Amino acid sequence: MEATVNTQTEEENVWGGGNQPLGASYGKMMMWFFIVSDALTFSGFLVAYGFSRYKFIDSWPIADEVFTHFPFLHGVEAPMYYVALMTFILIFSSVTMVLAVDAGHQMKQKKVAWYMLFTIIGGLVFVGSQAWEWATFIRGDYGAVELRSGRILQFVDAQTGKRIALDEFAQPIEDERVVHLERNGVWYQSGEGLPSYTVNEIKAGFMANENVVGRAEKLNEDGEKIMLSREETAERLESAVHVVEGANLVRNEYGNRLFADFFFFITGFHGFHVFSGVVINVIIFFNVILGTYDRRKNYEMVEKVGLYWHFVDLVWVFVFTFFYLV
Amino acid sequence: MAHAHESNTKRIWIVFGILSVVTIVEVILGIIKPESLMASVLGMKILNWIFIILTIVKAYYIAWSFMHLEGERGSFKWSIVLPLLILIPYLAFILLVEGNYIYDVYSESFVSWDF
Repeated sequence: MEATVNTQTEEENVWGGGNQPLGASYGKMMMWFFIVSDALTFSGFLVAYGFSRYKFIDSWPIADEVFTHFPFLHGVEAPMYYVALMTFILIFSSVTMVLAVDAGHQMKQKKVAWYMLFTIIGGLVFVGSQAWEWATFIRGDYGAVELRSGRILQFVDAQTGKRIALDEFAQPIEDERVVHLERNGVWYQSGEGLPSYTVNEIKAGFMANENVVGRAEKLNEDGEKIMLSREETAERLESAVHVVEGANLVRNEYGNRLFADFFFFITGFHGFHVFSGVVINVIIFFNVILGTYDRRKNYEMVEKVGLYWHFVDLVWVFVFTFFYLV
Repeated sequence: MAHAHESNTKRIWIVFGILSVVTIVEVILGIIKPESLMASVLGMKILNWIFIILTIVKAYYIAWSFMHLEGERGSFKWSIVLPLLILIPYLAFILLVEGNYIYDVYSESFVSWDF
């Protein structure tokens, strides 16, 4: 019955405005089409990541070795647990959001406000977690050496195959470059940042410690990094040009340079979406408290920001899979 | 949309349960990495195929239930989903094949990229 009535009104004033051929209001429809275009943007990024990864399929960093940290558990290898927790936080904030929309349909102002508040808190916790993840990624933990080819050489224990941090074997040499401090001159001087150790100190440490060998970027058939012999390592160390600690946009200790670039760009762009989602949620939250939608007699605005918020969750599901799992 | 909305709370919690279970399964598989799933099918490990399928399952539940696509009119629903369903696999196919080709060029050429 309802459908027949609708068709009639549509036929009456097709060009007169006021009809909804797709059964959705203008605002909701535009939110959806924005989401479609944003989804294409994100898939562009993720596919570009896949492209670069296929290009260097036999030397790409292993995510399980990179993201091994969990807050307050220092030194414990906990791959994936932290991102899994972040995923849960975001999914749960999506649930409170959909509960807010549901309460809005029933015009329960108080309930909407509370659920919106929980959603905002969930979003803030997620952004905070991501900041922590970035900080850990940027700091790094073992350090590595970059060769003239731009490839990364990491160090492992020859017996156990466990990673060795630079400060466990490097031999400090006196009288090398020092950091320019402000008290030595107030004018600005630009120059390369100074890592904790120089290439020569690493080389000396390598010569002095028999059980240190290198590990190149290449993977074997089981997807593990190939360990080098003492001679091969010494040969590669000859062409070492940089000591790399942690990650920045130019080089990172984990391996291929593109890896950190994509990590910063994709998770950063997603984090920016979460942040803007929180801001929009806060605005709508205040409108709910002020009773704007109660007077308007519909809570469709909550539904629209809800769509955006779920989309952010949806994107994270894909980022989680392609960055951490696959 | 004049009719009264009844509460969907029960369904919301069921979907949350499904999403949680799928995520837990993904994490467990990612940590154990069972040897039996390491075989390659269609150029990718079975494990990775499982991850991708589970991701699409999650995406389906988020879009259909949380974003309430299931309640929209068919024309609206498909004008949203179809472009994504066509364009994304298309782009992925082209770029991944191309990436694979460049990998072959790098590894089979006479130039060393690891000097």
